[in-house]
Amino acid sequence: MLLSLLCVFLYNAALGMGCMSTVLSGWFHLIPRLSSIVPESCLLIVVGLLVGGLMKLVGEIPPVLESKIFFLYLLPPIILDAGYFLPIRQFTENLGTILMFAVVGTLWNAFFVGGLLYGVCQLEGHRLVTVDLLSCLLFGSIISAVDPVAVLAVFEEIHINELLHILVFGESLLNDAVTVVLYHLFEEYSSVGSITVMDVFLGIVCFLVVSLGGIVVGAIYGILAAFTSRFTSHTRVIEPLFVFVYSYMAYLSAEVFHLSGIMALIACGAVMRPYVEANISHKSHTTIKYFLKMWSSVSDTLIFIFLGVSTVAGPHEWNWTFVMATLIFCLVARVLGVVGLTFVINKFRIVKLTSKDQFIIAYGGLRGAIAFSLVYLLKTEHFPMRNMFLTAIITVIFFTVFVQGMTIRPLVDLLAVKKKQETKRSINEEIHTQFLDHLLTGIEDICGHYGHHHWKDKLNRFNKKYVKKCLIAGERSKEPQLIAFYHKMEMKQAIELVESGGGAKFPSALPSTVSMQNIQPKKPPQDRALPQLSKAREEEIRKILRTNLQRTRQRLRSYNRHTLVADPYEDGWNEILIKRKKMKELEKKISQMNNYLTVPAPPPDSPTIARARLASDPQAWGLKSVTESIPTIKVDLASPQSPESVNMVDEFGKKGSQSKASKEEEGGLTMKVPSPTNQRKDKTADEDNDKEPQQRLMRCLSDPGPTAEEEDEDEAFLP
Amino acid sequence: MGSFQSLPDDHQYRTLSQKTGFSLEQIAILHNRFKQLSQNEETLRRDDLKTIQDLESNPIRSQIIEAFFDSRNFQKDGVGSVEEIGFEEFLTVMSYFRAPPQHITEEQREEMRRAKLRFLFNMHDTDNDGTITLEEYRHVVEELLSRSGALGRETAKGIADAAMLEVASISVGPMAPDEFYEGITFEHFLKILNGVEIETRMNIRFLNMDATVLCK
Repeated sequence: MLLSLLCVFLYNAALGMGCMSTVLSGWFHLIPRLSSIVPESCLLIVVGLLVGGLMKLVGEIPPVLESKIFFLYLLPPIILDAGYFLPIRQFTENLGTILMFAVVGTLWNAFFVGGLLYGVCQLEGHRLVTVDLLSCLLFGSIISAVDPVAVLAVFEEIHINELLHILVFGESLLNDAVTVVLYHLFEEYSSVGSITVMDVFLGIVCFLVVSLGGIVVGAIYGILAAFTSRFTSHTRVIEPLFVFVYSYMAYLSAEVFHLSGIMALIACGAVMRPYVEANISHKSHTTIKYFLKMWSSVSDTLIFIFLGVSTVAGPHEWNWTFVMATLIFCLVARVLGVVGLTFVINKFRIVKLTSKDQFIIAYGGLRGAIAFSLVYLLKTEHFPMRNMFLTAIITVIFFTVFVQGMTIRPLVDLLAVKKKQETKRSINEEIHTQFLDHLLTGIEDICGHYGHHHWKDKLNRFNKKYVKKCLIAGERSKEPQLIAFYHKMEMKQAIELVESGGGAKFPSALPSTVSMQNIQPKKPPQDRALPQLSKAREEEIRKILRTNLQRTRQRLRSYNRHTLVADPYEDGWNEILIKRKKMKELEKKISQMNNYLTVPAPPPDSPTIARARLASDPQAWGLKSVTESIPTIKVDLASPQSPESVNMVDEFGKKGSQSKASKEEEGGLTMKVPSPTNQRKDKTADEDNDKEPQQRLMRCLSDPGPTAEEEDEDEAFLP
Repeated sequence: MGSFQSLPDDHQYRTLSQKTGFSLEQIAILHNRFKQLSQNEETLRRDDLKTIQDLESNPIRSQIIEAFFDSRNFQKDGVGSVEEIGFEEFLTVMSYFRAPPQHITEEQREEMRRAKLRFLFNMHDTDNDGTITLEEYRHVVEELLSRSGALGRETAKGIADAAMLEVASISVGPMAPDEFYEGITFEHFLKILNGVEIETRMNIRFLNMDATVLCK
């Protein structure tokens, strides 16, 4: 039964493999011990081997990883994902080092391996003597390139510190240009037969053209995409499409002209990202993020499985000498290359690379499917030893992925290599990062030499003055980085606050234990029977929401009425509402168990807030919600586009007056309402500003009734 | 303190080199620059630094210039600021931006880190009282955002407040409603910037060969 099912799957090989791969990769994560020892890539290759073996048993011809499919469909998503989310700051800071490793390192590897293999072939004599120098060099150039897919797959799981990650990963991306050039060069030359010095010179020129051309093509498409996104404010749904289409076109254009497609894709993603993100809606951003992750995940899985299947399927020719020699030379070349280059690079680096770093860089040089596909593309007529090359490549790939991939994690732990810092960036760190940037630029200017910071500062100013105006729509173009960061942070905090709902645990990001009163000396101490905490938090939340609400309202105007009107606030307030309801039920249960919640006593809410809460949730009468639920409610009521808002207002008006009275009757955990007047008088001028948005908002709502009542209270209805 | 007598420069340079850690070539280059900026006089004044054209576009220009004339940066217990500085003070301030040498003990690294952070702290603490109050911090953020027009001014206050709240909650923890957080002391400052690797980031590359651009 199972076998027949399997056969059905296997018959539709591609479909079957796709489905199986996704299912299996899902299963692997359920076996925690397994996935902590063995990296996913290894497991997938094993799966591929099994599938291939099964297919051979059944009698089917297993499909081989066709190079066309690989290069056109499987590789671009992974590279785009990497390029779009590339950490630009670290990348540019270490660009010199990365380029050295990518260009010089790969060249060294290629010639070392190629040359020595030729020597071995000549020495070996009887079978290998037909392998000429150019073939060996070609083979060397193919196998010397560190593979981004494999590196990503393994390094992502070990959470190594950012510097090492960007070094190895950056190298794997940038060495594509070298590989492309060497590959085409040697392929051409081996058909010609002999090379001259002129050819070598042309090779260097070719390299420059390929790499720079690829980057330029990518940058052009990136700018086009950014420019397009400026005008998509009326067609939000297809924003992600532009990103994907332009990137893919960049890749294809580069490949058509034999330029480096990978570099084009990286350049495109990296260039367009800051501008596109400033222009597109939050939902589009999420869409892009998840689509990219999904596609790259699927590609990744498929690549490794196909690799396994191809191993079983592919024509093999095993030759002990050749394969072993290849393996040993690859490893030796890598180690020597890294050590030698680091010695030179450290003279120019401020932060030197230690020997631990060097070891990880050398050990992280994994080979993968790109090398395999490139060998597969070779034609047997030109290269009679192609099958042998194939076997050798597969052996090396298996060795690096299995042995190095599996052992790198314990080695990282053993050597106590610094891991990635998981902490979020705090506002203080951001302020000081910016401050440091300006400070260092200033000192460089005083010193009189134009260093790294000077040029970076010039580029930033150019960007701000000209480029941003062109590519970013409207107000956002003037927003400095610090402010953008601050808004993002506030937004995150507000959402976290709401999601943490019951308040039993405070999100660590929020300074929950210190209030504004603690740091501002001017306000007189307030007389309260209840702990300050919740009220102060209320203020924070109001402040946060006031700024964000106004901003989100601005962005909302761009929504088309064809889009989802019922959910104008992009971040799934529906889920938050549902969660809130669940929280409330939970609280009900808890309160029935004991009279005192572990959270601070319910806030001394102003009547407005209490009313607001009740009004938006008619079932929540007499419920002891905590402050945290306020944001949701206010948002709902504030939404001018929400169809419910009109009704809410009506309920609000009616229930408001009732709620106040009933509240005071309920005992226990209900909201105590200390005299509102005292509170209000203590507010500073800050709160006066709050009236305006409230009034503005009120005027938007169609029902004028509550407005009059509202204005009695200068308590801010809405922060 | 600033004037060089007729002693050969070599001897002066050696003592300076020992004090600040620069190499002799670097000191010579910086001395050239100093002479350029001060128009061949013995001392440097604020106006001399203000003439540097590249500094015009820097939002924290005035704070950087002040830092050069702040006595706290010259020696451990200096107070107040001076009107003019000599080459030795100039060099001392520059030495805060040296990179840590490759082989350095943990203790020395920590010391270097503290020194650099102390420099930053002094830049923020303008009234010299040992704490960065909310007003001073607000000023810092406002200066940073000074090129962003009205938008910058409005949000600067919010950002400074949020930052201050963060410092208070990290350093002091839960506070009663009537407690007042005076300001960021140096110890708190160290704590909040724990995540930033100052000793590797607050460096500029001092050249060994004279490639200084002509003073603009």
